[in-house]
Amino acid sequence: MSKEEVEAVEEVLESCPRERRHLIRILQAIQEKLGYLPEDALREVALFFGISPAEVYGVATFYNQFRFVPLGKFHIVVCMGTACHSMGGALVLDAFQRELGIKVGEVTPDRKYSLERVGCIGCCTQAPVVVVNGRIFPKMTPYKVEEVLAKLKAEDELGGDKEQG
Amino acid sequence: MNWEEIKSRAEAKWSALEEAPLHIRIGTPTCGRAAGALETLRIFRERLQREGLDVPLTEVGCMGLCFAEPLVIISKPESGFPPICYKNVRFDEAQKLINDFILGDDPCLEIALGTVELGQDDAPVIPELERFEIERRLVLKNCGWIDPEDIDHYIARGGYSALRDVLLGKDPEQVIAEIGQAGLRGRGGAGFLTSRKWASCRRQKSEPKYLICNADEGDPGAFMDRVVLESDPHSVIEGMIIAGYAIGAAKGFIYTRMEYPLVIERLQKALEQARAYGLLGEDIFGSGFSFDIEVIRGAGAFICGESTAMTYSIEGKRGMPRVRPPRSVERGLWGQPTVVNNVKTLALVTRIMEMGPDEFREIGTRSSPGTAVFALAGKVKQIGLCEVPMGTTLRQVIFEVGGGVPEGKEFKAVQIGGPAGGCVGEEALDLPVDFDSFRAAGAIMGSGGMIVLDNSNCMVETARFFLDFLSREDCGKCSFGRLGIKQLLMILEDITAGRGKEGDIELLEGLCEDLLQGCLCNLGRTAPNPVLTTLRYFRSEYEAHIRERRCPALVCRDLIAYFILPEKCEKGCDHCVLTCPTEAIVTDERTRKKRILQDKCVKCGTCLEVCPPEYSAVIKVSPPEKVKELESREA
Repeated sequence: MSKEEVEAVEEVLESCPRERRHLIRILQAIQEKLGYLPEDALREVALFFGISPAEVYGVATFYNQFRFVPLGKFHIVVCMGTACHSMGGALVLDAFQRELGIKVGEVTPDRKYSLERVGCIGCCTQAPVVVVNGRIFPKMTPYKVEEVLAKLKAEDELGGDKEQG
Repeated sequence: MNWEEIKSRAEAKWSALEEAPLHIRIGTPTCGRAAGALETLRIFRERLQREGLDVPLTEVGCMGLCFAEPLVIISKPESGFPPICYKNVRFDEAQKLINDFILGDDPCLEIALGTVELGQDDAPVIPELERFEIERRLVLKNCGWIDPEDIDHYIARGGYSALRDVLLGKDPEQVIAEIGQAGLRGRGGAGFLTSRKWASCRRQKSEPKYLICNADEGDPGAFMDRVVLESDPHSVIEGMIIAGYAIGAAKGFIYTRMEYPLVIERLQKALEQARAYGLLGEDIFGSGFSFDIEVIRGAGAFICGESTAMTYSIEGKRGMPRVRPPRSVERGLWGQPTVVNNVKTLALVTRIMEMGPDEFREIGTRSSPGTAVFALAGKVKQIGLCEVPMGTTLRQVIFEVGGGVPEGKEFKAVQIGGPAGGCVGEEALDLPVDFDSFRAAGAIMGSGGMIVLDNSNCMVETARFFLDFLSREDCGKCSFGRLGIKQLLMILEDITAGRGKEGDIELLEGLCEDLLQGCLCNLGRTAPNPVLTTLRYFRSEYEAHIRERRCPALVCRDLIAYFILPEKCEKGCDHCVLTCPTEAIVTDERTRKKRILQDKCVKCGTCLEVCPPEYSAVIKVSPPEKVKELESREA
């Protein structure tokens, strides 16, 4: 971990009562700060609670929310809920995989894009939906995937990623 | 401040709004925001400020009319109209409303959805919409009408008075008896009698006891609990305090999803406001009863909606269900007696205490009294939330409340009860919605998600989709769950990919039976439902996939091909050629007509999407060999 990351983890641990039940809350807080859970952070958390790193890792890997590699600059989430699926969500996901050359859960080598699928974000009226860094792109189609990526690329070149974080 | 002061101040605040010469309500729940409600709010706010108008602008929750969002309700008594509800209010509509109605006197009825009046149970209704003839809103009574972030609105509409009556005038056994008399069954899906659950928890000797509100709404396509918590959090909080009193708990948890940030934000605000008024915490209403609530954020695991898994998750562990008995009411959170109730169950507890058990019992059917809240999504015109008395038929819900399937499509099936529910077809449409009829039809009531499917949805692929979801979300503890669901999924993948063989259907049926018998928890035991119900209502589709390698709905990618009809292809247009991601479309040099190179085509459907509607030259065929037939016809 970098110096900043170590400090962020310490800050989270200091603000939390040392009760085993807060484990998930702590992991959430660390991920909120760092964007992912580095292995060293998991070790720190284990020391904090006096439990084994395996137990912490076991809990962290059980829940879908936690990730162990940093996200891309643009984190693309394709909704695969029932409504999105029935409106062609799989074709949209395929299009992203094809265009970016990565699979779900992966990050492009330049760390610009990461791709993820999610169960349902509750925007079923706008299906199929894609969320990029919190911004919702409604009624997606495979064709619109290229448009979205072109837009993100342009924003990246302008250095404009104000939606992030 | 004592209760009388709190209440009269809240009432004064509310009636000031009601009687104001102008009052604007804008719905800003998550679904409204996705449709652009925050932008609408900003437009109104800025414009009113620029005009120097001091008009109260209230952010309200969701009325359930998601198809019409962003939704704006304007009350202007001097216009002679009751409050008017406007649909899809974006930039142009907002400017028009301000210019013509707020500054002028034209009510802009052409963009109105209808007028709003307070109907039965004091719930806002829009009489112009057919759905309100069927709906009865108990859980949704305040949704879309009050500011969920202002406890005074809730109190002015009668909130927390029932709690006061309970704490000062009834003993816990009496509360349980009244809930029993009302016949309330848990709205989480299984339909267990709430009073029985409460009574058996109360009987336990061990202390402390806990109450958990299950707001872990993980079913894709379901958003009832989100809407209730975003639009009227206090009705759930009040229900929780009543429940806590009845079972003898001093601490409650609301377990919700991290995917619902607005729910968490609004709940925290609501809890703070309730604490500030002394409605939560020590010695509530001077009754000697103390109760507090903590919000727990889930971490994205569907299985945690199962009550034993949920208790482990609150303890900070992996959320894996355990064998029951002992039930949670005997040994739940930290081994202590625990009641787990759904969001809507708790909101109904508040209503029952307000209206009395006998009046509640008269709504709905004998075995399932009260109302049911459904989230309607998929191929239906009026996507959104509704609340109907139990016993209403599925047909009424889909066609009268939901407005039916969009033009040009045909109703095929409705998927009810979440991923582990079932898909029922046309012949089940006259089923009354209640716990027992659904079970008889092979589905489960579930928590209330309802996805309408039309003839462009393949039922085998739909079953595959749900099993895929369930196998990802399976916790891995019992072997029938871990391997059985996976095997079901693999067989379905084979069938949808054209690798199905004779005997697969029987294999599926046998395996489903094994899962029903062998799985440890209800997630596993209900996992066969999507397969069993699609087999029951749409068996011929399975047979077409297996025997003819054909997908009748033209969905399964390995069983279809795209084809450009030469007679419809317009020569000069190059839309498909330019957009095809794999350059699979070629132009005939002589005729300029387009043709798809089948071995390069990835079947993404872009050509079908971009082909101008006046040509509609791209079609899908199944089985793929049909292309050769069509091509030879040309030759």
